[in-house]
Amino acid sequence: MESFDLQIKGVKKSFGDKAVLKDINVFIEDGQFVTLLGPSGCGKTTLLRIIAGFEKADAGEVILGGKVISRRSPAKRPINTVFQSYALFPHLNVFNNIAFGLKSQKVAKEEIERRVNAMMKITNIVDLAKEMPATLSGGQKQRVALARALVNEPDILLLDEPLSALDANLRKKLQAELKEVQKKTDTTFIMVTHDQDEAIAVSDRVLVMYNGEIIQDGSPEDVYEHPVNRFVATFIGEANILECEKVSDFFVKTAFGELAVDKAPAWKTGGVAIRMEDIHVCTAGENFANNVFDAQILERIFRGDYWELIAELPGANGNQPTQLRVMTDPDEIYNPGDQVKLYMETQYLQVLTD
Amino acid sequence: MASKTKIEVFEGKLTTRKRMRRFGLLLTTPGMLWLLVFLLLPTLFLIVMAFAQRGSYGTIDWSFSLDNLKKLVGFSSFGWSADNLLIIWRSLKIAVITTLLCLIIGLPMAFWIGAHKKNTATLLLALVMVPSCTNLVIRTYAWMLLLGAQMPPTWFARTLGIIGEAESLYPGTFAVYIGMVSCMLPFAVLPLYTSVERLDWGIVEAARDLYAKPIRTFYHGILSQMMPGIVASVVLTLVPTLGMYVVSDLLGGAKFILIGNLIQQQFFGTALDWPFGAMLGIVLIISSVISLIVFKKTGGKSFV
Repeated sequence: MESFDLQIKGVKKSFGDKAVLKDINVFIEDGQFVTLLGPSGCGKTTLLRIIAGFEKADAGEVILGGKVISRRSPAKRPINTVFQSYALFPHLNVFNNIAFGLKSQKVAKEEIERRVNAMMKITNIVDLAKEMPATLSGGQKQRVALARALVNEPDILLLDEPLSALDANLRKKLQAELKEVQKKTDTTFIMVTHDQDEAIAVSDRVLVMYNGEIIQDGSPEDVYEHPVNRFVATFIGEANILECEKVSDFFVKTAFGELAVDKAPAWKTGGVAIRMEDIHVCTAGENFANNVFDAQILERIFRGDYWELIAELPGANGNQPTQLRVMTDPDEIYNPGDQVKLYMETQYLQVLTD
Repeated sequence: MASKTKIEVFEGKLTTRKRMRRFGLLLTTPGMLWLLVFLLLPTLFLIVMAFAQRGSYGTIDWSFSLDNLKKLVGFSSFGWSADNLLIIWRSLKIAVITTLLCLIIGLPMAFWIGAHKKNTATLLLALVMVPSCTNLVIRTYAWMLLLGAQMPPTWFARTLGIIGEAESLYPGTFAVYIGMVSCMLPFAVLPLYTSVERLDWGIVEAARDLYAKPIRTFYHGILSQMMPGIVASVVLTLVPTLGMYVVSDLLGGAKFILIGNLIQQQFFGTALDWPFGAMLGIVLIISSVISLIVFKKTGGKSFV
């Protein structure tokens, strides 16, 4: 079977003297759901537009299935896009919007009918065929935009912040639908988003971008559990970052005492991240060999499905106290003023690169 | 009466729909009165007058008949002539062609202005509007001089063999078109520019992404979005051009008569036949209203 792996080789792009993409190299396997995740201005949309052909790279190549496509116009690429604002044709009804690409390619009428109807079934919009875009809700427009792109059976589907305009509940629902459609059509999806929950929920692979570079590339679990640097640690989920000084390959010194880590830091001073759900509040009688610290609860915040505690760890050797965010189950009640012991298991302590 | 009065909040006060409607009526009364006194009543008067007769020395003889309708289509005591119908036909033709020219010239202009930064675009738009601040008669006189026999445009046209050695650009149809287009262009450009400014370029990209060739991209990506602006532009050009008489009077020469000139002759000129002038006026109003309705229909609906 023919493969449509996408390779991005040394792609660079600047607008004026601002470098938006600095030497991007990625290999995306056929059939993956990949997310470009990053804050606005990180270059993720520009990279998407270069893949689509709306923007020309200053250097580098885009290679699809072994063929260089960087110099082809958008119409000559077997790639379709779901635009951020949907960009539906306002004067065409849903059916004709979806049929647009096939009509451009002069596909036979019966086949257009068959393919459009099949795609409307997959995206659950069969009833909307005669509606005009202006009468559709956000979620419906989203589905039409998805159908309009997918009906052309592209090798790669690009999605530019497809769900950002929708409310939280609908977004969750459509995330699941997107994932399902991707599996059904077995197409490579490349989605741009600034929403880390969305990226983690739908993708097989997350590329975290920052300042025109891909700073981490891995599975959602990997990116979440093993952030490489401070940016990733705080952008994806919210981690506590401990400022540390290297003591040895296995120990670092923090403001509240020495901490055992299982990866040797490459720095003299730097950060170690721990997520709030990975800090364990010890119950009476629990004992651990190391990484246990005294703390006082300052505040308890109700988050619905968990409690968020603000705990203060007194400084060792005259240092300032450190405040950490800790997550506990709804049935574990701690009150402000309680003295507790906190345990940080070495496997959850992520030694960052900076 | 069991009808429920729905209470709503408007500007921080509790009120009912009925009271709001009454308040709205109060606000629109001055405008309504103005239209009634200065538009509706005179129009009714015009319609009545259109069926009266010309008395001796240009007075109005209030005996009603359909004579003016007959005269309109060419019947007079001397038999039938096509003159009036030809004048109406020519007026329509000139108006339509002027409108098309304005659209063809105005579209690229609107895109060009729209391609500039906001401040520059506003300045350029002001420049487009500046000529309209001078008097139309003065502007038209300027064209008269510029297109005259001794002026470079005429030499140029003669050298290129577009016109004969003895002819000049003014007076004639060409001069009328120049005058009409230069007069109407600002009104054509404004609504076009507004719709260029509002264009969602994402739709253009979507068309390109969906394999559309340039013409298909332009049609579905750009034209479809600009249709309201184009309709506004056409209406704003077509309706005034239909009734325009200064330009054709000054630039068209003695024999160049449009419906506007014919009306002017009836009221202030040699003919001095107010009732027939009123009848012609009604023709003008009807053709304007028809074009408005046609464009409202096409503009509101999808045009594919």
